[in-house]
Amino acid sequence: MIFDIDRETAPREDLEPLQLSRLRNLVERVHANVPFYRRKFEEAGLRPEQIKTLQDLKYLPFTEKQDLRNNYPFGLFAVPKENVVRIHASSGTTGKATVVGYTHRDVRNWAGLMARAFMAAGVNRGDVVHNAYGYGLFTGGLGVHYGAEELGATIVPISGGGTKRQVMLLRDFGPTVLCSTPSYSLFLYEAAQEAGMPFSDLPIRVGIFGAEPWSEEMRLDIESKLGLIALDIYGLSEIMGPGVAMECAVAQKGLHIFEDHFLPEIIDPNTGEQLPPGATGELVLTTLTKEAQPLIRYRTRDITSLNYVPCRCGRTHVRMNRVKGRSDDMLIIRGVNVFPSQIEALLLETEGLTPHYQLILNRQGAMDTLEVRVEVDEKLFSDEVRHLQRLEGKIQGNIKEFLGVTAKVKLVEPRSLTRSEGKAQRIIDQRPKV
Amino acid sequence: MKVEQISIFLENRAGRLTDVTRVLSQAGINIRALSLADTSDFGILRLIVTDHERAKQVLKENGFTVGRTSVVAVEVDDRPGGLHAILELLSNNQINVEYMYAFVQQTGKDAVMIFRFDRTDQAIEILQKNNIRIIPGDELYNL
Repeated sequence: MIFDIDRETAPREDLEPLQLSRLRNLVERVHANVPFYRRKFEEAGLRPEQIKTLQDLKYLPFTEKQDLRNNYPFGLFAVPKENVVRIHASSGTTGKATVVGYTHRDVRNWAGLMARAFMAAGVNRGDVVHNAYGYGLFTGGLGVHYGAEELGATIVPISGGGTKRQVMLLRDFGPTVLCSTPSYSLFLYEAAQEAGMPFSDLPIRVGIFGAEPWSEEMRLDIESKLGLIALDIYGLSEIMGPGVAMECAVAQKGLHIFEDHFLPEIIDPNTGEQLPPGATGELVLTTLTKEAQPLIRYRTRDITSLNYVPCRCGRTHVRMNRVKGRSDDMLIIRGVNVFPSQIEALLLETEGLTPHYQLILNRQGAMDTLEVRVEVDEKLFSDEVRHLQRLEGKIQGNIKEFLGVTAKVKLVEPRSLTRSEGKAQRIIDQRPKV
Repeated sequence: MKVEQISIFLENRAGRLTDVTRVLSQAGINIRALSLADTSDFGILRLIVTDHERAKQVLKENGFTVGRTSVVAVEVDDRPGGLHAILELLSNNQINVEYMYAFVQQTGKDAVMIFRFDRTDQAIEILQKNNIRIIPGDELYNL
């Protein structure tokens, strides 16, 4: 079933003129109202009327996260402040916070896009949504919330944390949909097991997981443990929040980007050049309908590719493949590019490994070193030292063979690795800055 | 005829072994035999205790990774060559000893060795056929 059938299944020859019309309107509007963008256009020797085709997108300047920080808090607003009805902000853990504003129409559009996402996941009115994304300045909780209500489903705004209470409410409220980060879903699974409640007894049919990179192997692990269909949702707070793209339950093969609202490109993260269809690179998004704070060619840093093959669900919007990692999360270890999600995939392929791992990076002399710490649970455990040593050797061998990196593998006790109740902390980079 | 042993995964960190003994002590569980096999990074602590079900439960509740293994308690003549005779018998019958350790007891007449075999049932059959005394679990716990 499709929430907005006209827009979501529009033939591409109808979709592209709409995109172009919106793009041209956007360019004129930001040039007139946002001094930051007017300066960028002037520096590039660009006038809004020069944008005549979608291909002209490549002449527009990029927007970076640092631009949002530099214009903190409201410097990128394209409307008077009195028209802004909501403000979200990032935590600012990696720098000054980034702010994103929404007009009333922006908020309504977001709810509509999240409703599309839910329906793509096979959710409808009558479903009960357990929303374990955080509420507050983070966009996850509220984005999911208004989308579920827009769709007519029942929302349980549990938010993050209070895991014992989460397990209790899962049992008592009987939700059919779970929304959380993928790592938190496994945390809930563990907590439910410890409480003596098999997750398979719950009526949860679908899990909608995002906000952190996760691998296909982790999906299979979640699906087998929790007994649900695990689907990927994509969004950035700077762009909107969740609901920029959603994996459909029909194909389970990539996430449809809602192209009537977001114009996607794939670029080479090093050169900024656009890459041909199907190539893997950094996703760049232009918001076509954002009123309060439009962004032009925003560099997401997320590494993925775009698939234009028609999807059997009937939606015509392009599918982005699972995010491999972030170009700025990419680890360069002795000259080799490594994404944490690749190591996670290798761990999941090793028999029975739960994805509780940590990567410790350091340097000895001029050489980078990588240590992979893996928690030993009951399934992995053997009473014989040599079996555990063989396991260490197997993990190390797989990492060497598939990624070309020599790692030290260290087995650790369960819950040695700190678990935040939201995103898992996977990487500890202790290398001194040059 | 088999004896239940619990095995615990330990990181090679200060205090981890003490944590185990504290948990068992607080639960009133007596350790009858103990063996620690370790590498530079981790170890496996093998225990024979008075109440292995309860021991496993309390250790798991305290966050340890615990496994259960069937091992065999064998009476060995307390004389030169006593152990060798048994090992030679097993070797001649292609039974592999994965590991072994001593059991603490009062008398000086016989020693009791704990064995982990790769083929436990066959090992028991061969030992009994050759009049080697195997001590059943319930008897062992009360020695």
